[in-house]
Amino acid sequence: MAETVTSKNLALAKAINESLRRALEEDPKVLIMGEDVGKLGGVFRVTDGLQKDFGESRVIDTPLAESGIVGTAIGLALRGYRPVVEIQFDGFVFPAYDQIVTQLAKMHARSLGKVKLPVVVRIPYGGGIGAVEHHSESPEALFAHVSGLKIVSPSNASDAYWMMQQAIQSDDPVIFFEPKRRYWDKGEVNPEAIPGPLHRAQVVREGTDLTLVAYGPMVKLCQEVAAAAAEEGKNLEILDLRSVSPLDFDAIQTSVEKTRRLVVVHEAPVFFGSGAEIAARITERCFYHLEAPVLRVGGYHAPYPPARLEEEYLPGLDRVLDAVDRALAY
Amino acid sequence: MTVESTAARKPRRSAGSKAGTTGTERTTRTTARKAAEPELVQLLTPEGKRVKNAKNAEYAKYVAGITPEELRGLYRDMVLTRRFDAEATALQRQGELGLWASLLGQEAAQIGSGRALRDDDYVFPTYREHGVAWCRGVDPTNLLGMFRGVNNGGWDPNGNNFHLYTIVIGSQTLHATGYAMGVAKDGADSAVIAYFGDGASSQGDVAESFTFSAVYNAPVVFFCQNNQWAISEPTEKQTRVPLYQRAQGYGFPGVRVDGNDVLACLAVTRWALDRARDGEGPTLVEAYTYRMGAHTTSDDPTKYRADEEREAWEAKDPILRLRRHLEASNHTDEGFFAELEAESEALGRRVREAVRAMPDPDRFAIFEHVYADGHALVDEERAQFAAYQASFATEAESGFAAGSGDN
Ligand SMILES: Cc1ncc(C[n+]2csc(CCOP(=O)(O)OP(=O)(O)O)c2C)c(N)n1
Repeated sequence: MAETVTSKNLALAKAINESLRRALEEDPKVLIMGEDVGKLGGVFRVTDGLQKDFGESRVIDTPLAESGIVGTAIGLALRGYRPVVEIQFDGFVFPAYDQIVTQLAKMHARSLGKVKLPVVVRIPYGGGIGAVEHHSESPEALFAHVSGLKIVSPSNASDAYWMMQQAIQSDDPVIFFEPKRRYWDKGEVNPEAIPGPLHRAQVVREGTDLTLVAYGPMVKLCQEVAAAAAEEGKNLEILDLRSVSPLDFDAIQTSVEKTRRLVVVHEAPVFFGSGAEIAARITERCFYHLEAPVLRVGGYHAPYPPARLEEEYLPGLDRVLDAVDRALAY
Repeated sequence: MTVESTAARKPRRSAGSKAGTTGTERTTRTTARKAAEPELVQLLTPEGKRVKNAKNAEYAKYVAGITPEELRGLYRDMVLTRRFDAEATALQRQGELGLWASLLGQEAAQIGSGRALRDDDYVFPTYREHGVAWCRGVDPTNLLGMFRGVNNGGWDPNGNNFHLYTIVIGSQTLHATGYAMGVAKDGADSAVIAYFGDGASSQGDVAESFTFSAVYNAPVVFFCQNNQWAISEPTEKQTRVPLYQRAQGYGFPGVRVDGNDVLACLAVTRWALDRARDGEGPTLVEAYTYRMGAHTTSDDPTKYRADEEREAWEAKDPILRLRRHLEASNHTDEGFFAELEAESEALGRRVREAVRAMPDPDRFAIFEHVYADGHALVDEERAQFAAYQASFATEAESGFAAGSGDN
């Protein structure tokens, strides 16, 4: 039992760490697995100190083999464990993509519900940290297209803490995208205040003129955009999706019916991205409410560029403001 | 090292000689096969004689006390499995199944290893382990659902500790390893067995499962049925060393057993399972056998393999071999074979009737069990689907689509 705790001010990475610690304490079936997650505490130190306190059989340094990590986690889940595996960086999940897509996502359905696979795959994702290639990508749409998986991404420390709790408790596999450039951002975490369900979007700023939809690393950017727009007299609403699959279309619809304009922001390439899905469905749902086409701001259909160019590639304040202006101009 | 084996190591490419390449490849193949045979652990010759030698002594003790009744049981298992398999092949030909992957020729490997297992052991099969399923008590008719296209599994994996068939080559070896890691964590003394083919041995997942199981000393037995072919590709397209030798590089033992010798398969698998139970970690068993039929009913082996090859292997038939042994040992009488024949026919009939009676799944099954916790998108699309279906009912009621036959 955690001692009576009040709110703490924690970095997002530390919030996940505390959440994992709590899960390890409360459920002996929870395991942490991955490369360097033990002594080192992970390359981002998200699992720092956990092996020291829970031992090598609960916090497991694995061989350097991503398919092996996910594949054995599936086997452990079949035996009744609840593995939380870490993929070191976004670009390295692909050796495990086969296991995730053909096995992890489908086994519950193939067994007609007899088998449950409560596996969490943690992936630090996204750019903005000046990394070398394969360390800055946003592959969430590649996973969201696959039924049987839940895809979530917190944008702040409190969500990181609670969404991890919920992901571990879920009987479905969850791909947990951690916005690595927000790892060091601090926020209030109250380990007592149980939040809404994992798939529920949250209005983080009320507004009347236009809705900005984002998740993970882009929520903070949207807050900056809204602040800048406010100086120009524009009142933007911001919706933090938190979950990409399932996606809370009802929340977007409610907001769009109020503001009548929608801009979706994500780091991943726009082409066939989550913004495309949102635009299509919201057009279908809100056709008569919309005053402007749904606009998207995101990455280009090009390999993630070298770090010196990433600010050009990533959606920034001006690109989003530009889209806001275009939407408002209709 | 002989000239031939040098050729096996490095096919020489004489300048501009295309024809020569084919010649070299043929040499390579025969060489690998010839080299393979003496390494087999064998307890019964193709003529049905018991073999005693230094190589098999360590394993022979695992079947030392085997009774005539047990031997007849193994024979019965193999005969019924073959009969079931033949029925499924026929059902595919009759259009009742979309596809069938026959185990013809592999009965000894599957029954021998399957009968070595304890109830609390756990099996991770590929898509061809019908004999192992039989040993686990999975009703054979349940194996046909996925081939008929009414489901993707058809049995509760935890009901018989027999996981669902896995179509993606090699994936299940990792699941087996993870499961075995869990068994070890639980402090249980059960073991896990993963089946895969010689083709699968090339997959990264199989290599990774060797790594993980070795590193964590997982109680898992890797049971490779080297049936010589991966669809049209011979084993030499997968490896330059005998497969069982791979284990050495990972730090655990590998052994090649005569896969057409049910007794040897039983003994070697028991030995490997014992090691797992005793905390000695993984073992690789390579059952050297032969796929006598096609890869699946969609395959045409005449395009890639010689008839003589099959004929040579027919002489080593696993069922015939045990029959010869039983007869020579006076362990049976005519009544036994006649009864078994009748039982086989009854099984064939039961399977045939069961398949024909298999209902198509409810159309809403599409949306069932996609998630354990539910998912808004699935709910939304199920509702759309229901509305669409209902639209036919409405039209039919109002007389527009009368006779459309859809309901
Ligand atoms: C990853 C993957 N690649 C290709 C296939 C198509 N395929 C199905 S069976 C097979 C050959 C498998 O050979 P082997 O592992 O030796 O097993 P066998 O069927 O001979 O028992 C292939 C290529 C597949 N199912 N999965």
